[in-house]
Amino acid sequence: MDWGIATLDTAADIGMELDALCAPKLEQSSLSGDNSHTAHVILYSSTIMASRVEILNEGGFRSDGRRQYELRSIEIDLSQQGHADGSATFTHGLTQVLVSVFGPREAKMRSQTIHDRANINVELSIAAFSAGDRRKRSRGDKRVLELAAAIKSTFEPVIQTSLYPRSQIDIFVQVVQQDGGLLQACINATTVALMSAGIPMIDFVCAVSGGVHSTSPLLDLTMLEENDVPNLTVAMMPKTKKVSLVTMETRLHVDRFEEVFKLAAEAGQAIHGEMKAAILKWSKSLVKTMGQDREGGGEMDDVGFE
Amino acid sequence: MVEISILKRPRTEAVVTQRKFFKKTARGKVIKVLRERYLRDDVSCGIDHCRECTDAHALPVSGALEHPSFPNGHFILPDTNVFLSQMDLVESPLFNPPIILLQTVLEEVRHRSLPLYNRLKALTKMDEKKIWVFYNEYRSETAIIREEGETPNDRNDRGIRKATAWYNSHIKVNRPPIRGQASPKLPTVVLLTEDAANRQKAEKEGLTSVSVRNYVEGMKDATQLLDLLAAEGTFDIEPTRAAAGRQALYPDYLPTATFVAGVKAGQLHQGHFNANQYNYLEGSVPVPAFSKPVLLVGRENMNRAVDGDIVVVEVFDEKEWKAPADEVVDQDTTLKDDDAEDSADEADVEGHEVLVRESKVLRTEQRSLEKQPTGRVVGIIKRNWRAYVCHIDSTSLTSSNSTSLSQQTVFATPVSRLLPRIRLRTRQAPSLIGQKILVTIDRWDVTSRYPEGHFVRALGKVESKEAEQESLLLEFDVPYRPFGKAILDCLPKEGEQWVVPPKSDTSPEWKNRQDLRDLIICSIDPPGCQDIDDALHARPLPNGNIEAGVHIADVSHFVHADTPMDSEAASRGTTVYLVDKRIDMLPALLGTNLCSLRPFVERLAFSAIWELTPEAEIVNIRFTKSVIASKAAFTYEEAQIRKDDPHRQDELTQSIRLLNTLAQKLKAKRMAAGALNLASPEVKIHLDSSESSDPIDVEQKEMRETNSLVEEFMLLANISVARKIEETFPQTAVLRRHLPPPRTNFEKLQDILLKRKGMKLDVSSSGALAASLDQCVDLKEPAFNTLVRIMATRCMLSAEYFCSGSVGKDTFGHYGLASPIYTHFTSPIRRYADVLAHRQLSAAIGYAPLHASLHSKAHVERVLDVVNRRHRMAQMAGRASVEFYVGLALKGRNEREGAEVIEDAFVIRTFRNGVGVFVSKLGIEGLVMFKKDMQFDAENYTITVGSTTIAVFDKVSVRISVEKDKNTQRGKVKMSLVHPIDSSGL
Repeated sequence: MDWGIATLDTAADIGMELDALCAPKLEQSSLSGDNSHTAHVILYSSTIMASRVEILNEGGFRSDGRRQYELRSIEIDLSQQGHADGSATFTHGLTQVLVSVFGPREAKMRSQTIHDRANINVELSIAAFSAGDRRKRSRGDKRVLELAAAIKSTFEPVIQTSLYPRSQIDIFVQVVQQDGGLLQACINATTVALMSAGIPMIDFVCAVSGGVHSTSPLLDLTMLEENDVPNLTVAMMPKTKKVSLVTMETRLHVDRFEEVFKLAAEAGQAIHGEMKAAILKWSKSLVKTMGQDREGGGEMDDVGFE
Repeated sequence: MVEISILKRPRTEAVVTQRKFFKKTARGKVIKVLRERYLRDDVSCGIDHCRECTDAHALPVSGALEHPSFPNGHFILPDTNVFLSQMDLVESPLFNPPIILLQTVLEEVRHRSLPLYNRLKALTKMDEKKIWVFYNEYRSETAIIREEGETPNDRNDRGIRKATAWYNSHIKVNRPPIRGQASPKLPTVVLLTEDAANRQKAEKEGLTSVSVRNYVEGMKDATQLLDLLAAEGTFDIEPTRAAAGRQALYPDYLPTATFVAGVKAGQLHQGHFNANQYNYLEGSVPVPAFSKPVLLVGRENMNRAVDGDIVVVEVFDEKEWKAPADEVVDQDTTLKDDDAEDSADEADVEGHEVLVRESKVLRTEQRSLEKQPTGRVVGIIKRNWRAYVCHIDSTSLTSSNSTSLSQQTVFATPVSRLLPRIRLRTRQAPSLIGQKILVTIDRWDVTSRYPEGHFVRALGKVESKEAEQESLLLEFDVPYRPFGKAILDCLPKEGEQWVVPPKSDTSPEWKNRQDLRDLIICSIDPPGCQDIDDALHARPLPNGNIEAGVHIADVSHFVHADTPMDSEAASRGTTVYLVDKRIDMLPALLGTNLCSLRPFVERLAFSAIWELTPEAEIVNIRFTKSVIASKAAFTYEEAQIRKDDPHRQDELTQSIRLLNTLAQKLKAKRMAAGALNLASPEVKIHLDSSESSDPIDVEQKEMRETNSLVEEFMLLANISVARKIEETFPQTAVLRRHLPPPRTNFEKLQDILLKRKGMKLDVSSSGALAASLDQCVDLKEPAFNTLVRIMATRCMLSAEYFCSGSVGKDTFGHYGLASPIYTHFTSPIRRYADVLAHRQLSAAIGYAPLHASLHSKAHVERVLDVVNRRHRMAQMAGRASVEFYVGLALKGRNEREGAEVIEDAFVIRTFRNGVGVFVSKLGIEGLVMFKKDMQFDAENYTITVGSTTIAVFDKVSVRISVEKDKNTQRGKVKMSLVHPIDSSGL
């Protein structure tokens, strides 16, 4: 048995491989170009990595203690805000969005009226204090316009606009606090606010963001996660099982995409449950107050929301 | 479908769950960060049979029962410092109590030291260690928040104590006494900490806590384990003298903030410290600000930097710049009688002597004119200390103690010449003499001339093959543990009996696989090769073209992504070949049997099949998974003979001839494109027999036509595959590149060549370099050209794997091969990058979907970083192994023939007091040292001894002998000149 020789030969059978020949054994400063240099670069980058937070640790926990498929705490507040016809404050963890809906009402500008349906106008403003670094975004900001356009196109097919020709529905979205999942919060808040304004819709719209860390899908990303993993936002309609919006600004392989997409759509159902409960509770309290005005007002059932 | 849930939590919890802090960015902007966390009750305690936490069984139900202090059983819960300073203890196989590792501790370790964190992570995955990671920060009972005025350290300590208390009560609650039975014995959770204040606080809270030393002293293997304790743990290192009385030998480091600011402002420079292996009083730090590395001269200026550390240097005024010494200064001779016990004391007479000797050395060095930036180390950004293989210096032992087992301080001399000696305290010193041992550096104080360390373990007797082998593997960080059970479970159940199932439409093996069993395929490998990963065929096509195929073992059929076997292979990165041992990347069943393309059996393969014109132009190419049956396994020699034998006209021989003609054309084309033909000092070692593996002789390797044949087709396959996967996966393709070397690397070689031989080296491109290397011929010396090629090779960078999405497309090229794109595809049995390339290619041809991890750029980058490092280490280990055997062979020859070994050599460097030589026949380099300085001309690279002048590139004869250092038993190759002058008397 002399495979000692043999194996050495195998190492050289790709004899052209230069690194096999570059002998870093000798002193490096004289003749050799310092070929340990490449190693150093790698090492250094790993020291930088050290300070970063683990997105998903080996115990299966994310940086905020959630597991992969756990959504952040949701709060929905439907109390009246000023003159608005309908309004809602929607909170996903540390992301909070306030939406006021006006209308349907007569369009301010004639040019914007559409003869056979209502025009939807979405205006978004992001509070300067909403994120960690204080930054004013003007109304013409590309990012703001893009988000507003996304919200508009999401709701156009859902709101039964043809019931209100030549009128306008105004949706004012205000971002109070952001920590990832901004679009999902805006869409969810708008859904609830539209409902509280009594605008007829064919279905709920529930949005959830999802991402993939290495191979594990995650749901409802925080800002920290959003900056690190490829992510997408899916808005789905729980009753009709349709999807009204999918956006993705990062790159993700198509196989992975399908998985996360399905998962996010599934998570929409969970959010739907929350929204339904909040709306029911709110309308019951409305009925109750109305009942106090009109003696013996009828009990409201869950009928309308199945 | 997975369960999706919404975590609910009342607003009142926000005090505990939300955290607000301010962060300053690199640009100086202040950002407010608000984070929240979700506390839960389902974080498992990890103890077996726990009523509440059912999902984990890492820790035994009653803990460890052996420790005399805790008869009811116990678990240990160490704090951060235990892992930071006593990792060797925790890693020892003798130390195996069940350990509860808190998330707080794990994160702090990660924050403080990434290498230690990685070692700790590896430990938690080992089966023998009972370690459970408890995520205390996410469990509602154990999560805490930092209180006002509390330092982060205190906060963590409090968290650790709280978790300890929780564990104890958790165990109690879940094991209630059963009526009629004696109340159950409850194991204790013991807080292990070095911090006395923390212990006091813990005791006040009613917790059991001990120091590491006390704990270890109670264990049954205490004597061995106590040596593993780091020096930091022993506060009485020099009990006789007050620490304050010692004088500082080194300047203090600047505060971190100061040198970070200095680096940012450009006044200070950051880089890796490279020690000089010829002169232990000199080191250099390559920094981007200067074209030449910053030179550090003398101990004070190197200021406790150890080879590999990332340091910050201050560069002196240009007036004080120096040139590197042209003299060899050996640590062993200069520091011969330094006393280990006392050397920390500057006032000491002996210490003073050392200093005088050293300063003399520095002064006498007359420096040549070529100056380079000179400076001193002012701070350390990161230590890269690891365990070093050392020998105990026998002179440092107090002679009266030679047989006693009392603790004494001794010197350990690292095998690598780049490292300083290490001082350590041990009880086993006498028994360690003549052994190879592993030593870790713990600290290096300003008052101590040498770093202090501790003994980790003994590897075995010096020059015993086992010890040498293991020390090689450790020195180059090669993982060599046998494969674990989880990994072996991934192998096919049939084991050795596995065969390719009979062809059918239903069997998964045959799905989408082409049947190539009828092709005349053969493999050509070195003699005795067991892991045959490539085979070839060629046949003429009716249209006059030629079909040529390369068939590679289908490793990815057996090694699936995301299995224990896959992750083990990824972390090993490559198979390591030592002279008498091979450390496999994959279990031997796959490597040498199921995947190996042996002759006469059916094997699964991944084939690349080209249609080539007779002029070797590619007409088309296809890739397919296949089943082949190799018809023969040749050695290079056999194949060569068969090809050259005109009487053989069979199909097999014809196809070898066909392949050979194509290969020659391919090679010509490559050379025309500017590929380099490089050389390396490769030798072959004849082993006596398999049992003794004593080397008999060393000889240089031969290159045959058939070597080149195989090589050309492997290159062709690799390039074709690289194109294909890059096209399909532009973001994550696994490729290999070789960056062009910076021109400055060649300056010195160019200068020597011009001055000594009047030859010019054109380095403007690889083609130009190849051409000018061909011109460097000395008609009298055929070996000269090879020497120049070896030296040119050393000026180049090394090739590396990379992920196609992470670098610019214009840097994909392979300089040496002059190919715009390249990858490794042809040796999946022994290289992990090839396995990845296989997976990507099989996805690219639609055979199998690509595993998710290969879509992630970050993941591919991470894996390739490891593979690159392993690859480099494996090469160095292999080379060191050859060197060791060359030494053994020389020794054998010395003894057998009774005569001295005299060989021809080339001078490759000249020093003031010696010459560096290269013995091409043995592939080794050596140093001929003279006792006194000679007439030295640095400009012209000559040294004049008496009336004889020796210059670089001169051919000389050297006498080679192997001798052992008397103190450390370290074997050394010693050379002296025979011709043109005999230097033995000089």
